[in-house]
Amino acid sequence: MTAQLNILSLIIWTPVLAGLMFLLLARHVTLSNKLRYAPLLISLLSVAYITFAFYNFTLNTAQMQLQEHIMWMPTLGIEYALGVDGFAILLTALTIFMTLLVILAAFTHVKREQFLTYCASFLIMQGLMCGVFLATDAILFYVFFEAMMIPMFLIIGIWGAENRIYATFKFMLYTLFGSLFFLIALLYLHKVATSNGLIGTESFAIASFQNLTLDLATQKWLFWAILIAFAVKIPMWPVHTWLPDAHTEAPTGGSMILAAITLKIGGYGMLRFLLPIVPAGCAFFANTIIILSLVAIAYISLITLVQQDLKKLVAYSSIAHMGFVTLGLFVACKVITVNNGPQIAVTGIDGAVLQMLAHGFISGAMFLCVGILYVRMHTRAINQYGGVVNTMPLYASFLMLFALANVGMPGTIGFVGEFFVILATFKAGFWYALIASSSLVLGVAYTLWMYKRVVFGEVVNHAVTALSDLSINEKIACALLAAAVILFGVWPNPLLNVMRGSSQQLAMQLSK
Amino acid sequence: MNILWYLAVTVVCAPLLGAITVGLLNKKLSRSLAHWITCSLMLVCFGASSSILVGFLIGKFNTVDIDLYVWGNTSNLSIAVGFLLDRLSALMIAIVSFVSLVVHVYSIGYMHDDPGYQRFFCYISLFTFGMLMLVMANNFAQLFFGWEAVGLMSYLLIGFWYKKEAANFASLKAFLINRIGDMGFVLGIAAVLYYFNSLHFKTVFAQISTLVATNPMLAITNTVQWPAISFICICLFIGAMAKSAQIPLHVWLPDSMEGPTPISALIHAATMVTAGIFMVARMSPLYEYSETALTLMLIIGSLTCLFMAILAIVQTDIKRIIAYSTLSQLGYMVVALGASAYAAGIFHLVTHACFKALLFLGAGAAILAVHHDQNIFKMGNLHKYMPITAVTMLIGNLALLGFPGTSGFYSKDLIIASVRNSSLTFSTIAYYIILFTVLITTFYAARLMLVAFRTQERMAEDVREHLHEPRKVIWVPLIILAIPSLFLGMIMITSILNQFFGDAIFVLPAHDTVAMFKTQDFHGWFSMWLHGFVSLPFVCILMGMCLAWLCYEKYPALPGIIQNDAKLMTRILLAKFGFDDFNEKIIMPATRKLGNYCWQIGDVLCIDGIMVNGTANSVGRVAGVLKHAQTGYLYHYIFIIVAGLLALLVWTMFL
Repeated sequence: MTAQLNILSLIIWTPVLAGLMFLLLARHVTLSNKLRYAPLLISLLSVAYITFAFYNFTLNTAQMQLQEHIMWMPTLGIEYALGVDGFAILLTALTIFMTLLVILAAFTHVKREQFLTYCASFLIMQGLMCGVFLATDAILFYVFFEAMMIPMFLIIGIWGAENRIYATFKFMLYTLFGSLFFLIALLYLHKVATSNGLIGTESFAIASFQNLTLDLATQKWLFWAILIAFAVKIPMWPVHTWLPDAHTEAPTGGSMILAAITLKIGGYGMLRFLLPIVPAGCAFFANTIIILSLVAIAYISLITLVQQDLKKLVAYSSIAHMGFVTLGLFVACKVITVNNGPQIAVTGIDGAVLQMLAHGFISGAMFLCVGILYVRMHTRAINQYGGVVNTMPLYASFLMLFALANVGMPGTIGFVGEFFVILATFKAGFWYALIASSSLVLGVAYTLWMYKRVVFGEVVNHAVTALSDLSINEKIACALLAAAVILFGVWPNPLLNVMRGSSQQLAMQLSK
Repeated sequence: MNILWYLAVTVVCAPLLGAITVGLLNKKLSRSLAHWITCSLMLVCFGASSSILVGFLIGKFNTVDIDLYVWGNTSNLSIAVGFLLDRLSALMIAIVSFVSLVVHVYSIGYMHDDPGYQRFFCYISLFTFGMLMLVMANNFAQLFFGWEAVGLMSYLLIGFWYKKEAANFASLKAFLINRIGDMGFVLGIAAVLYYFNSLHFKTVFAQISTLVATNPMLAITNTVQWPAISFICICLFIGAMAKSAQIPLHVWLPDSMEGPTPISALIHAATMVTAGIFMVARMSPLYEYSETALTLMLIIGSLTCLFMAILAIVQTDIKRIIAYSTLSQLGYMVVALGASAYAAGIFHLVTHACFKALLFLGAGAAILAVHHDQNIFKMGNLHKYMPITAVTMLIGNLALLGFPGTSGFYSKDLIIASVRNSSLTFSTIAYYIILFTVLITTFYAARLMLVAFRTQERMAEDVREHLHEPRKVIWVPLIILAIPSLFLGMIMITSILNQFFGDAIFVLPAHDTVAMFKTQDFHGWFSMWLHGFVSLPFVCILMGMCLAWLCYEKYPALPGIIQNDAKLMTRILLAKFGFDDFNEKIIMPATRKLGNYCWQIGDVLCIDGIMVNGTANSVGRVAGVLKHAQTGYLYHYIFIIVAGLLALLVWTMFL
């Protein structure tokens, strides 16, 4: 597999290097003004890369594709190894797409003198997050996994709101706490792998970890060690409280990327590490995690209902939606043994991954929309708004579409994942499905009630009267998101086709 | 086959195209262009759907089941977007596109001065698209898509005048209640997938006999087990209860009258609210095997039928009177379904679509004439000023109460007769309830006519000076709807009884109450008409008319006296049996309170306060204590070093 063009490396390192360069150049005021469109170009270049990767992607196989291998630390068997499968390519594409939108929005949302540094941070962030999705070596994964926190730490710390310092520390400590256990698990797996005679580069390859046979007792503690890292990221109840703070304090772009991508890394980690490496452990604890997911769906939805802060509301609704991801995955673990199980498991996994993608688009869109209001009014309090539709009709239409997607309306991408997960959940138990479907009602309650208070009605104050409708860059960003939300809502099959090979293989790994 | 495919695609794409064009261009289009585009595309849609219906009637087309494209493919489950065209869906698309076309034309007049003119036409075209997708669906996922699409459009259209607080409240309420039903609906779909491994109607229906033979049980708890088929039917019916506004999920429909009147006619009378009826008829192969679900439908339907009719008596808002009458008529349809008279239910759906749309549009004309005052006691003697409206309203009301000869008579009599023939436990009681409801229906319909269109004029002087017949674009639709309201019944009754729906509706021979009516009592439409004058329902009608005449024409003081004497009853009726109060004063605050408890106690106090910040604080506190050891005095440190050395020495020497 010697690809003539190391496309995956380009995807990772182009934005990182470009971002670093922009950081250096940002001090020169005249130069940085000239470079105003450069971040956008880099972002578009990434879009071209990912299009090329899709072009060379083979469907219906779970094989890692477009692989790259370079020895990194030979004595330890650590390799710079990249590869892409159905899950990874979709999430990479999502990352690149969302960063493009962040940069587009930044044209009017960030002060001119800060623009280049702001965009540079997001480009670096983009490259590192793509690295997480593309790494096939466990240590390389871990390095990207941790490195990606640095730009996010800075983004929230520098461009955040009043309480940003508390939020960043909470965010960092929470995630570092989780990933420590993950590192221990990786080292243990490495030890087992070497004692099984896997030497050299195989001793840290994720694929070889997945092929190990571990006894149930080991799987049980490994399960928790791995779970904690990703449960914090996704986040699952009850380790979710960093999220409302971090989202609320982060700048618009930060919230968009946090919600759209970094949460997905939690889900992706489960797909890559938790389910295939410790399938028996997952099956053993499936009921616990299903219940935690249902708590996330019902309890968090109730909390979302009473939020008075726009960003907090969207942030809490993110947790509820990510509950469907963990629900889908662990329903797959639970039903795998019963009659017809593998097929239902595939539906559950497909649903979970679709929900991840859907939530990427939708939460990105929701945070963008909140940001659009925030730069105009400098408040996030719902009661400061009212009658926005009178002054921003176009904005109101877009927000309505995204709100409906958030509700899970059929015809938008928000429906597909939820629907599949509920279908699969019924197999795991009637009560599970009943509680999961409560989000149908609660989702409408919190989303459209917020919409009613913010958008409908008479204009409530002069600030709302003075609002101006979307600027051109905001229009493009919203239109791109709207197109994605509707297209994949009425025709999700292309997404399902891309992930089919991988989800079927994952179901097989679960049943082994 | 091939031509049918093209026609079907035209039927759904024409309104969609209209909606997209007008929606995207919005204010860039002139008003007249906006209505020309949507109305002409609706005409195309109506042409295509009526030719499909005619094709089925003359036997040129046969049932087809075609997939348009694969929507999603997961493991061995393939979900497609496609059409199931049979006599049931052909009739439905014809009636939907007919009423929609009429309402489109009417809206040109009614919405004439509205600032959201283009948006309005976009919405109603989009609604028509959703409704057509619903009735043409060939699988559960698409059915659900259409189901939600019409719910969404109803939400947007109830809240069309977004500056009105009441409209925003009503729209959110409608959406929320509908989503409660959808919870049941989704669970039903999940159960279908669980037991049939498919979401495709044809595949599911083909497996029913095997499922009935094995009769699997679904464990609700460890001890309670339900037959799977009843579970599926009841879950799906919960969806239908919300959409077709049955007790206790009916509360959204009266409030939905906050929307523009054409919407009330199209969505909240003729089409969307009947989606539940259609769905159950479509699922007749399932429902036939669950007598539990059938009995439940009899109970819910007859209760809705009676109690909502009673509420119509005390309403003074002309649109709300008609809205409660819609609820009551939907109750009739559900009762028909419960008695396995699916054909009768759909028949009533079709005739009701015509006469109820007529009533709403006529009411709209009256409302326009009196400058948007909806109180019937502010109208009076309107027939003098607007005879066309008055006569068409009279026709609509006669059809509503089932006066022999009108379309409503044939469909309602068929339902009453079928319920009498039913052998389910509750059917006898249901029969008397729906018979009695005829009396009440007559009473409130006559009250509406007498108070608003006859008796003395009660409107303000300046309003009366400007009273006149509405524009042509408004009264022509009234006449177009009045014709089927009068004649559709006699035209259709014979073919309905002669297996009109063919294999689209499945009835077990033992349940076939419609066929019993046909063999025992039916001797052609004309003798049915004549027989109508000597039947029990006609007695009810006469009694109702006499009562209304007494109360509102002969002794107008009578209603006031009754209200004064029966204060408690009046209060209950004005509070609409307290459903709204229960929701707004108990459920809503309780949910918010629960949310606040979860947030403040669960998240803020327990997780953040004790676990997260608590950990951080205790680390800080421990460090705060330990830091006192770091005094910075050299002699303290030397003392510790010496003491430590001594301790070590002692330890190595003596232990």
